[in-house]
Amino acid sequence: MLNIVVCMKAVPDPKQACNIKIDPRTKTLLRCDVPLVVNPLDRHALESALQIKAQQETHISVLSMGPPEAGAIVKECLALGADTGILLCDRQFAGADAYATARTLAAGIRNIGAVDVVLCGMASSDGATEWVGPEIAVFLDMPVVTQVEKIVDRGENTWEVSAALGHGYRRLRVSLPAVLTVTRNLNNPKTLSFSGIIKARKKTITTWGLADLALPAASAGIKGSPTIVTTMQAVENTRAVTFLEGSRQEKADQLVQKLSALGIL
Amino acid sequence: MRERKSPVWVIADVENGRLPPVSLQLMGCARRLADQLETAAEAVVLGHELASMPQELVAAGADRVYMGSDPNLAHYHPEIHPALIADLAAAHAPQVLLVGSTPVGRELAPLVAARLSTGLTAHCIDLRMKAKGVLEQKIPAYGGVITIVCPEKRPQMATVAQGVFPLPPPDPDRSGELVDISGPFPAPRQVTVLEVVTREPEGVCLENAPVVVAGGAGVGGPDGWREVVALSTLLNAALGCTRPAVDEGWSELESMIGQSGKMVGPEVYIGIGLSGEQQHMVGIAGAKLMIAVNNDKKSPVFTQVDIGIVDDCRSFVPVLIDAIRQYQKMKGSASCP
Repeated sequence: MLNIVVCMKAVPDPKQACNIKIDPRTKTLLRCDVPLVVNPLDRHALESALQIKAQQETHISVLSMGPPEAGAIVKECLALGADTGILLCDRQFAGADAYATARTLAAGIRNIGAVDVVLCGMASSDGATEWVGPEIAVFLDMPVVTQVEKIVDRGENTWEVSAALGHGYRRLRVSLPAVLTVTRNLNNPKTLSFSGIIKARKKTITTWGLADLALPAASAGIKGSPTIVTTMQAVENTRAVTFLEGSRQEKADQLVQKLSALGIL
Repeated sequence: MRERKSPVWVIADVENGRLPPVSLQLMGCARRLADQLETAAEAVVLGHELASMPQELVAAGADRVYMGSDPNLAHYHPEIHPALIADLAAAHAPQVLLVGSTPVGRELAPLVAARLSTGLTAHCIDLRMKAKGVLEQKIPAYGGVITIVCPEKRPQMATVAQGVFPLPPPDPDRSGELVDISGPFPAPRQVTVLEVVTREPEGVCLENAPVVVAGGAGVGGPDGWREVVALSTLLNAALGCTRPAVDEGWSELESMIGQSGKMVGPEVYIGIGLSGEQQHMVGIAGAKLMIAVNNDKKSPVFTQVDIGIVDDCRSFVPVLIDAIRQYQKMKGSASCP
């Protein structure tokens, strides 16, 4: 039995993320009800686990740290085919930076017990850091490969993977247990099926708080975060826009004239 | 006296046998920060056959370069390089440690930060030294800029993309100390690097392109994306994109413009179906003329460009392509009797 943990972050829908703004007066975030979704790259991590499960006996745990609302997104992962859903949810986890997030997730993975592979999306769409996967690996003393594009071979104790490296790639053999962060080139995630949603109704989500983890309070949330946000500033506009008017064809022709005048046609 | 204070460090990258510009740009930044702190700017460079790289770092501002040159260090190894750098940093206690947001730097930086139990700010667009040696690290977010500090833990670590800081003019008369890091180096235990394949990018290179065409989520799908690619080819432009376009699978990570991608400064930028999100726009802020196509006149992108076209990009781009072809045909027939 292969045990895979997929780390998943519930993020504000990236397609609507531009609606989240900094209030220039109060310097706080105006969220404007942007819904939470599975971080796009984490979908690829889950899909990879599901494809492996289709080929060999596998238990997939989805692990997420987030507010209670993130439970619905964990549930969505269960509907996609994960076996167990765990939400790390506690007020003391709030305000965590990447370091404290990775420490908390690592404590969650230790709680799960037997783990062969930890899969993470290579980055989150909201924070755009790529730190959580590698930092989990350090805290669990596991090897890590970032930007995995292909799982070439799965042996019992070692996996061979191909990972992006700029425009090129590297091929590595990594011993298990290991942390892999994945790119979108790994696979094409399937969408939710009706039968999956029905099956997920019977599955329950486990919620663990700080007391459930072997993690000191001083290592979680804002207290356990080496970095803090001190200020938020709205950006001033520096350009004044001129709109091209007229029909579609007229606008295209005006643009061609402008590009031509700049000597780029 | 200078040596007593904790230094400012740069981890220099080695790409295809040379220093990428970002490593020298960061050395210039480290020099500025070190001068403010009245301390030393130092670099670490690991590789094989380093040739003139240590001297280049000195000329860019390093007072001291720790250099590890060994066949085992030729390619970045996820177990060896981070462990070696973390051990060196633990021994020499830099107060600031800067890493380029290169393919290797992005994996190495968190592995070093976690080992040193310190914070790491991703892809900064500015770094400023404040009182008591606190480094203000600026990143774009939510239509603005947020400031992050690491008040207690040291070193204060940040990654920075290529092009954020200028290339310092090399000073061949500067002198610096070169310190050999001698082996034995930590042996790999759990990861074997079987092969490293480097490739040159296809198409026009984003970094130096005079014209950049970039697409975002509003392009709508693979068909719309093909039109964006066709437009960029027609204009001999470099093709760029936003993160949503990468997430959708239309474009590649290496084409992403912005905070966690490329920083570019072309003569002309044409943004298609993108909303003007800060993470993307900071990467293109240096463009001379900016043009955007978006179907929503209220889109934030129109507050950040010079020329706006309010239209559905999926309908507009094919018409624009035809108009350009018509123009080129006319011009071609006029110049060829």
